[in-house]
Amino acid sequence: MASFTRMIPVRGQSTVMGGSVATTPLQLIDPGGQPGGNPGELELPGDEVLRDLHRAMVLGRRFDTEATALARQGRLAVYPSSRGQDGCQVGAVLALREQDWLFPTYRDCVAVLTRGVSPAQTLSLMRGDWHCGYDPYQHRVAPQCTPLATNAAHAVGLAHAARLRRQDQAALVLLGDGATSEGDTHEALNFAAVWKAPVVFLVQNNGYAISVPLAKQTAAPTLAAKGIGYGMPALLIDGNDAAAVYSAVRAAIGRAAAGGGPTLIEAITYRIEPHTTADDASRYRDDAEVREWLSRDPVSRLAAYLAARGLLEEAARQRLSDEAERLAELVRAGGSAQDRPDPAELFDHVYARPTPILERERAALLAEIEEIEKIEEHPR
Amino acid sequence: MTVTVTHAPARANVNAGTDVKASTDIKADTAVKAPAPVTMAAALNRALADSLAADERVVVFGEDVGTLGGVFRVTEGLAARFGEDRVFDTPLAESGIIGTAIGMAMNGLIPVVEMQFDAFAYPAFEQVTSHLAKLRNRTRGKVALPVVVRVPYGGGIGAVEHHGDSSEAYYVHTPGLRVVTPGTPADAYRLLRQAVSCPDPVVFLAPTRRYWSKEATELGIDGPPLDRAVVRRPGRDVTLIAYGPMVATALEAAEAGAGDGWDLEVIDLRSLSPFDDATVAASVRRTGRAVVVHEAAGFAGYGAEVAARLTDQCFYYLEAPIARVTGLDIPYPPPHLEHLHLPNADRILDAVASLEWA
Repeated sequence: MASFTRMIPVRGQSTVMGGSVATTPLQLIDPGGQPGGNPGELELPGDEVLRDLHRAMVLGRRFDTEATALARQGRLAVYPSSRGQDGCQVGAVLALREQDWLFPTYRDCVAVLTRGVSPAQTLSLMRGDWHCGYDPYQHRVAPQCTPLATNAAHAVGLAHAARLRRQDQAALVLLGDGATSEGDTHEALNFAAVWKAPVVFLVQNNGYAISVPLAKQTAAPTLAAKGIGYGMPALLIDGNDAAAVYSAVRAAIGRAAAGGGPTLIEAITYRIEPHTTADDASRYRDDAEVREWLSRDPVSRLAAYLAARGLLEEAARQRLSDEAERLAELVRAGGSAQDRPDPAELFDHVYARPTPILERERAALLAEIEEIEKIEEHPR
Repeated sequence: MTVTVTHAPARANVNAGTDVKASTDIKADTAVKAPAPVTMAAALNRALADSLAADERVVVFGEDVGTLGGVFRVTEGLAARFGEDRVFDTPLAESGIIGTAIGMAMNGLIPVVEMQFDAFAYPAFEQVTSHLAKLRNRTRGKVALPVVVRVPYGGGIGAVEHHGDSSEAYYVHTPGLRVVTPGTPADAYRLLRQAVSCPDPVVFLAPTRRYWSKEATELGIDGPPLDRAVVRRPGRDVTLIAYGPMVATALEAAEAGAGDGWDLEVIDLRSLSPFDDATVAASVRRTGRAVVVHEAAGFAGYGAEVAARLTDQCFYYLEAPIARVTGLDIPYPPPHLEHLHLPNADRILDAVASLEWA
């Protein structure tokens, strides 16, 4: 918890607007499933939305668990888990309108899935089949960004183009606390503010950039406080409260779409799993810290709230559990043949049409493969 | 789409600020037929104006390109004519310029952006090499990025450090990018128009030392396509292979060499990536000798790739090893010493003389 000491509330202020620094995360539902103590201007979503948030988190969690298992079995090249950040990813994505765009990072497979991308295509990158397995235009989801913060500028450009073209469209870019140190985050925030671009920056502050804690990342009182310097409204919210994330992002998207410009949202959350399945988190954090965050779990928190209000009956829970198991089967099944490009395709998309050099290299590679296959079929 | 376009009254003079007085050296009675001389800067300006007029998806932006018209005046008059939704100044941040151009292209626009100087483009390197070049491939062809990155480059303008780099090798080593560079005003117009129409991202390297060179030419888009080299001067003895700022230098060498009895062919590559193997190899098979010329440092420079390709393709036709005349392997020198760094006609002719004539 050391890295979060500075995040403990010292004042009751909620948002950063015009120069004040917020230090208490806004919250609609507390870790015990009770109404949160600091809702600020956030509006509690309706029952239907709360049920949707819960359902998507249960499905996302099951997907994430299955993907983690597949990575441990070697069936995925690697998997960076969303566990613990389910509230951020699901809350933010469900707050988007159909026409809006999502710019996720590698950490955000659950966000991609929640946006409607199939489980197999969501995992193409991690399976190692291709760098991006889905058509970004189908669900308006940009490829997952692996070099951090570069996607922020893309989101700003896309949003600015929407404004130039008089399209009612906004963009949501997902960032982590580490990404806020990158120069591209600064440039994107600044461009967005100057252009009044309809874009929402959601920083999932999970406390660590792989192993480096937030205290070594920034000296700012909060990451949301950085909004002041850009002349941009900013909020600090409880990222494990899916209702708060939904409400904050929904309001920011609405403001952006109405010409009000960008918003910076810092969501305090925690990465329960190691950085990826290839990481050993015990080298930089202790179990006690993880246990403390497990007690703030976003899924059980919303479930408790819904159950207390009679909105989550046993039959519904069971149906959802069955649906989650069917999803897990899809994850295990992997992609179709179409999701696994053949070697000839390596040359197809470098340019609109392959250059003569690429045509020659493709022919040579295919001949080489054919030769190898012949030898394998008829070993000497 | 509904981009608002503020059209100024139609007028021919989109080249305001460029040297139209040059037409005085054309005799009045013959000027009716002969095209007026045009500078490369004016040709670039006309290409941008005509691209903006031809396709409402085209937007032009960068540092100082709006109100000022660019530090080289290449965007002069465009913001006034097409409005600030289509031609606009950005914050001073090159990575942001390329990064937002990528997002705009994803959403249906055709961004034509300016990096103010060659070395000032380096902050954008990640966006260019990791995203602009790769997004089409990353998405299995679903996301095309028809972006043009216009970079004034090269030395010879007496400028202080960071204004004279030749950065082509960085870009050509990145699959997914097209890299072109004009050597003449007519090509500056044609290649830029073709680059704007190209579905691939194009790094358009414009040689600043030739911005004020003039050519009496009609500006038109028709002619050799974007990826083709051309023979600028036919010759039988040696093929001089040049591009961008060195085309004029190679032609000067060929002219001077003619006085010494050399019949030198000059090839203007125009497209550095992809490379036009067919045109260049055909020339070298005819002449049997080649000299590659560029301003950039020689070590691992573009000339090394050209020499390697020609060796592969023309080995049995070669009478001598392929020579390279390049900048020195030093960081770009201060302006008082840059003449010692840059290839010139004498060095090219020295290289020609060294090609195993015995």
